Amino acid sequence: MNTVVCMKQVPDTETLIKVQGTGIATDGIKWVMSPYDEFAVEEALQQKEKMKAGAVTIVSLGPDRAIEAIRTGLAMGADNAVHINDSAYYNAADPFATAAVLAAAIKNLQYDCVFLGKQAIDDDSGQVPAMVGELLGIPVITQVLKLEVAADKSKATVTREVEGGQAVIEVSLPVVLSAQKGLNEPRYASLPGIMKAKKKPVDVKTAADLGVTAGPATAIKEMTLPPARQAGKIIGGDDAAAKAAALAKALQEEVKII
Amino acid sequence: MAFQMTSEQEMIRLMARDFARKELEPHAGRRDREAIFPQDSIRKMGELGLMGMMVPAEYGGSNTGAVSYCLALQEIAYACASTAVTMSVANLSTEPLLRFGNEEQKNTYLVPLAQGRMLGAFAVTEPEAGSDAGSITVRAEDRGDHYLINGTKIFITHGAYADVINLIARTDPKKGSRGLSAFIIEKSFPGFSIGSTEEKMGLRASNTVELIFEDCRVPKENLLGREGQGFAIAMNALDSGRIGISSQAVGIARACLDEAISYARQRRQFGRNIGSFQAIQWMIADMATQIEAAGWLALAAADRKDQGLPFTKEASMAKLFASEVANKAAYKALQIHGGYGYTKEYKVERLYRDARVTTIYEGTSEVQRLVIAREMLKE
Ligand SMILES: Cc1cc2nc3c(=O)[nH]c(=O)nc-3n(C[C@H](O)[C@H](O)[C@H](O)COP(=O)(O)OP(=O)(O)OC[C@H]3O[C@@H](n4cnc5c(N)ncnc54)[C@H](O)[C@@H]3O)c2cc1C
Ligand SMILES: Cc1cc2nc3c(=O)[nH]c(=O)nc-3n(C[C@H](O)[C@H](O)[C@H](O)COP(=O)(O)OP(=O)(O)OC[C@H]3O[C@@H](n4cnc5c(N)ncnc54)[C@H](O)[C@@H]3O)c2cc1C
Repeated sequence: MNTVVCMKQVPDTETLIKVQGTGIATDGIKWVMSPYDEFAVEEALQQKEKMKAGAVTIVSLGPDRAIEAIRTGLAMGADNAVHINDSAYYNAADPFATAAVLAAAIKNLQYDCVFLGKQAIDDDSGQVPAMVGELLGIPVITQVLKLEVAADKSKATVTREVEGGQAVIEVSLPVVLSAQKGLNEPRYASLPGIMKAKKKPVDVKTAADLGVTAGPATAIKEMTLPPARQAGKIIGGDDAAAKAAALAKALQEEVKII
Repeated sequence: MAFQMTSEQEMIRLMARDFARKELEPHAGRRDREAIFPQDSIRKMGELGLMGMMVPAEYGGSNTGAVSYCLALQEIAYACASTAVTMSVANLSTEPLLRFGNEEQKNTYLVPLAQGRMLGAFAVTEPEAGSDAGSITVRAEDRGDHYLINGTKIFITHGAYADVINLIARTDPKKGSRGLSAFIIEKSFPGFSIGSTEEKMGLRASNTVELIFEDCRVPKENLLGREGQGFAIAMNALDSGRIGISSQAVGIARACLDEAISYARQRRQFGRNIGSFQAIQWMIADMATQIEAAGWLALAAADRKDQGLPFTKEASMAKLFASEVANKAAYKALQIHGGYGYTKEYKVERLYRDARVTTIYEGTSEVQRLVIAREMLKE
């Protein structure tokens, strides 16, 4: 089975975010593979191992530094990669422009499944999986928790998360799948894997190389941090009954939720 | 002079760090209290290639070199010093086979050790032969088609969990350190058994036991190298081992520093954070500076090893300095914690106990000075 994994390099979740213009200050940031994309890479590897055949290709849009996350994917076991290194596209941070270059790169590849994380944990747009599916003209299933591919690769049975439960869906291949937490337990890159990663082929492309001209459909106008959390209020009173009365009053009149 | 990690070295460090923080750190305190050997983590580390880091790929190793080994071991030690000594001894146990093993011995033992499918131990110390390894008395007698081994080894790291043990024993009672030989012992050999387990002050999640040999029959083909080479084989392995222990010490010291900083930032006395007192600041400055120096000494020794240069002196210097730095850092970190640091509520209490042994095993600080001085004074 051949699979493609779209993977984005993002700031580590422990990063202290500082706003700068319409983006964030990037100095001192530690960059990692987006956690949902780790599930996507792991699933692609597990499916390949189950089928005992095929290749896993990583496709990533990002600047030079994205090669580190790409190498991590290759060290985990992916076979090769396409690095779309085009500043007009990664700077736009626009879901449509991103999906356009990713889909154009994927079209040149052989694939039965395309995996993505359900969202990248930096911009959190969550739109790219659906757009990639639309541009490729194939079905999309998001928030995937479990995947079973038929031995003849004609169809797959997919469990996805829905509000308060799970839905089991049968779908024909090829298909775009976005990974939800719980799909699997991503492996660590082994040391032999790390030592081999450098020798695996990485194809570097620009949007023009891929024949993409579509520009961004959105633009970020402003970036702000959420307001600082306000100090809590301690309800006083002589005894429990008085405190309860004061609390009920505050909830009714100040917070207005009862 | 390049003080720059390669991209592989950086990836290895990050992987080890990730693994250590997720898999080891959360359980390190409990394993210490209950003296539980981290068998499950050790198996996972073997699968990741962390137990055969200096072994070439053709023998199942990950062939990352000593610098990467240093970096990875520091990260493991930062989270759990007990797991780090296990990793250090496992890697050390591949050295004698790699340098002195014949092809058949390499295929039978080195490959599974490097792949982490087997765990290796290294047995030199005896009740009456510690620093003075040349006075080993465990006896290996040539009986034609096999050797017969009798005697007791002590303080053997993960001896009770090892599949294969590198044993140094005496083949010639008249020749002192030149009468020693190295053997490969499988745990299933008749006449071999595990004795008592040490009840230790620190590294309580590592296993330290006595090994007993009673008419233990060892096939001739399990002699490593030639008769009489045992002392040289042991010293060669210890040179590499010292790079491991210096890295372990740096990892423990870094953990001490981080605990001290986070405590100094939040503990308030006299209406201020104690980190605002110069007395505390100087302790932190000294710790950070010494740790930085220790880290570079360890990497410098490792780099010489990777370049194929002699590194006996450098490894001893790194081991001497880093282990003493770890103890100073643990002392200061505990001091900064005040009375709280003296209780089991705080991690620094474990770090203090774990740091202590680093100036003792794989050659005490006094023995390191002996080695360094011998190298400095030789003509
Ligand atoms: C947790 C732990 C794990 C260990 N794991 C292993 C293992 O896996 N395999 C193994 O073989 N051994 C192992 N050891 C043993 C360790 O290597 C020895 O403890 C160490 O070599 C010191 O020997 P000793 O304890 O007999 O002390 P001694 O040699 O008796 O030393 C006592 C003191 O005398 C000093 N001294 C001795 N000779 C001299 C001298 N010539 N000049 C100046 N001072 C001197 C020492 O520095 C020390 O301060 C382990 C020990 C511990 C505690
Ligand atoms: C085993 C044990 C028994 C004890 N028994 C008793 C007892 O019987 N009765 C009792 O009352 N107490 C007892 N104590 C408490 C003990 O006296 C305190 O732990 C000690 O006074 C230090 O206070 P602290 O632990 O709050 O540390 P802190 O005061 O928080 O000190 C933390 C660190 O900050 C440093 N520091 C604080 N202020 C300054 C400053 N102005 N300038 C520079 N550095 C500063 C300290 O030196 C220390 O390194 C006991 C403690 C222990 C561990």
